[in-house]
Amino acid sequence: MGEKLKVPTMAQYMTEGKKPEVLFWVGCAGSFDDRAKKITKAFVKILNNVGVDFAVLGTEESCTGDPAKRAGNEFLFQMQAMTNIEVMNAYEIDKVVTTCPHCFNTLKNEYPALGGDYKVMHHTQFLKSLLNEGKLKVEGGKYKGKRITFHDPCYLGRANNEYEAPRDLLRKLEVELVEMKSCKSKGLCCGAGGAQMFKDAEKGDKEVNIHRTEQAVAVKPEVVAAGCPFCNTMMTDGVKHEGKEGAIEVLDVVEMIANAQDL
Amino acid sequence: MEYLPQILFVAALAYAVYFFTNNVRKLKRNINLGQEVNRNDQKKVRLNKMLRVALGQSKMVTKPIAGTLHVIIYVGFVIINIEVLEIMIDGIFGTHRIFSFLGGGYSFLIGSFEILAFLVLVTVILFWIRRNAMNIKRFMSRELKGWPKNDANNILYFEVILMVLFLTMNAADLQLQRIGHEAYVEAGAYPISQFIAPLFEGMSDSALVALERGAWWAHILGILFFLNYLYYSKHLHILLAFPNVYFSNLEKQGKFKNLDSVTNEVKMMLDPNADPFAEPEEGAEDEVPEKFGASDVQDLNWFQLLSAYTCTECGRCTSECPANQTGKLLSPRKIMMDTRDRLEEVGKNIDANNGEFKDDGKQLLDDYIKREELWACTTCNACVEACPVGIDPLSIIMDMRQYLVMEESAAPSELNNAMGNIENNAAPWPYNQQDRLNWAND
Repeated sequence: MGEKLKVPTMAQYMTEGKKPEVLFWVGCAGSFDDRAKKITKAFVKILNNVGVDFAVLGTEESCTGDPAKRAGNEFLFQMQAMTNIEVMNAYEIDKVVTTCPHCFNTLKNEYPALGGDYKVMHHTQFLKSLLNEGKLKVEGGKYKGKRITFHDPCYLGRANNEYEAPRDLLRKLEVELVEMKSCKSKGLCCGAGGAQMFKDAEKGDKEVNIHRTEQAVAVKPEVVAAGCPFCNTMMTDGVKHEGKEGAIEVLDVVEMIANAQDL
Repeated sequence: MEYLPQILFVAALAYAVYFFTNNVRKLKRNINLGQEVNRNDQKKVRLNKMLRVALGQSKMVTKPIAGTLHVIIYVGFVIINIEVLEIMIDGIFGTHRIFSFLGGGYSFLIGSFEILAFLVLVTVILFWIRRNAMNIKRFMSRELKGWPKNDANNILYFEVILMVLFLTMNAADLQLQRIGHEAYVEAGAYPISQFIAPLFEGMSDSALVALERGAWWAHILGILFFLNYLYYSKHLHILLAFPNVYFSNLEKQGKFKNLDSVTNEVKMMLDPNADPFAEPEEGAEDEVPEKFGASDVQDLNWFQLLSAYTCTECGRCTSECPANQTGKLLSPRKIMMDTRDRLEEVGKNIDANNGEFKDDGKQLLDDYIKREELWACTTCNACVEACPVGIDPLSIIMDMRQYLVMEESAAPSELNNAMGNIENNAAPWPYNQQDRLNWAND
C-alpha cells in the first residue's frame, strides 16, 4: 500500500509516439463516486502489478451516454457517443477495458453503429484473460473458504451473456460460492439501471435494491460480490438498510482480488 | 336428401374458413400499420430459433410445472389434429372413419389420440385449478381483471368440451361396433373410451347413432368455432408464436437500436463544415421522421405489433420484473396487452371509416399506458429473457420514453438534471470534466 498508482494518459502516450495495449475506460462513477473510485484504484493496482501496458483518457473521457439513451434521450446519447468516438478513433484505440458494465455494454454494442468499433472487455473478462495467460495469479488469501454470493449486473449478464468470468475469478479465490434465488439469466436487477440511479423510484411497496438485498441476505454471505459500481452502491445501501453492515461486505470482484494479494 | 349432411358440412366449413380468413386479413393489415424494421436477415438462425423455441418449447420448460403441463396440451393439440383431417374427409365425402383401412396403424393412431385427449383433459383441469384456486401471483394481477380472466377460462372450458365430445364420439362408436351395427365397421383401439362405452349399454341403435353423430357434429363445429374464437383471444399465440419467434430480435439484449434519423442530425451539429442553411438533398425530407419515439401504435414497428397479438398473457415477464415485484405500476404484460387493445381499437376505427383512420383523440400513451409505468423500468431485460415466444416489451417502453423526452421534454426533473449535467460537464453528476483524473492522485 501507499505506493503511488501509475496512471498514464493517452495524451502522454501520444506525445511519446506510443500506443498502449489497452485503454482503461474509467467511467463517470469510477472517476467521481467515492465508493467506485476504490474499485478503479484496485483495478489499477492489479494492472500496475501485472505490468499491463494501459492508459486512460483522463479529462478527455466523457460519459458514454448510457443513462441518456436509456432515459430516452437519443440526441444526447449520440452527441456523447460521437464525441467519445472521435477522441478514441483519433488515438486509434482498438482494445478497451472498463470496470462498469453500463459503459461496457454501450461501448461494445452501441458505438459500432456510430463508427466506434473496439474490442471491449469487462474488467472481470480482462482479469480472466490475464489469468489464463498466466500473467495474473489469484489465490484465496483472506477470502479462502468464505461464503460469497455474486450479484449479476444486468448489463454484463443478461445483456451480454457473461455469467462465468466473475464466478471463475471468485472460484480462484477459493471461496464458497453460493447463488441467490435469482441468479445468472434470471438475476434480479439492483434497481439502478435504465437511468433509475439518477431519479427517485416510482411509488411501490419497497425499493428494488432492498428486494435484491433480501435475496442476498437470505443466503447468509460474508461478502456480496459485485461487478458494477452502481450495483455496488445499491447493494451497499441495501445491506445498511437491513442492518447488516457489520456482517456483510459489498465488494467488487477486483477489490477482492487486490485485497487477497494485499495490494 | 342423403347428401344433406355433406352439404351442411361443406357450408359450415366454408363459412368458418371465410370468417377466419377475413380476420386474418384484418390482423395482417393492423400489424402492417407499424413502422418498417428489417427482420428478414439471418434466415437460418431465425429458422433454428423458431424450431428450438416455438416448435421445441425450449423456454416453456424454464418453469418446470407449467412448462410440462403446457407441452402436454401442445403435443395433444398438434397430434389430435391429425384426427381432424379424417373428420374433414369424412364430412365432405360422407364416409365414416376413412383411414380405418390402415388397420393396426389406425388402431395405434386412435389409441394415441385417446390417451393424449385424456392427458389434455387432466392437464386442462390442473391449469384451471392453478389459474383460479391457487393464488398464483401472476394470475391475480390487476390487468387480468374482466375479459382476460374470462378469456383464459373460456379456452380451458372449450378444451374440456372438445375432449369430452371426442371421447364420447369414440365411446358411442365403440358401442355401435360391439353390437354389430352395419354402418360402424370394427376399427381403432379405444384405451380410454372403452371405459365410457359401458355407460351406453342398453341404449337403442338409433339413440346410439344419434349420440355418435351428435358428438361428431358438435366436436367438429366446436373446432371450427374455436378457430374463429382465436382472433378475439389471447389464444392466438398457438398460431403467432411461430412467426413471432422467427422475427424476434437476434441482437444482444443490451444493444438498443440506433435511431438513424438522430444520427444524421447529430453529425450535422458536430460537423464544423456543415452548412446549416444548405438546401436539403433530393428526397432528404422523406427521411426526417414525423416524430421521435412512439406515442401510439402506428409509431411502433410491425414486429412489436405482431408481438402484441402473440402475447398469451402468461405473465412470466411481469413476475420477473423488478419494478412489478416491488409494487410499482409497471407490468410488461400490461404493456403488451395495452398495445394490442389500442391496435384493435385503431383497426375498428379504420373499418368504421372506410379504410381511413379518423383521429379519435386517443393514443397508446396516457389513454392506455401511464407515464408512471414507463419511468419505473430499469431496462434490466428480465421480461425479455422470460418471454417464451420472443416478445420484447422493453423495446416498446424505450420507444415511448424517447417520445416523452424528445418530443415532449417530459422526463422526471431529476433525470433532466442528470441529462443537463451530461450535456454540460460530460458526467451525470455536477463534477467538472477537468477533475476526471483526480482519483489517481487522491
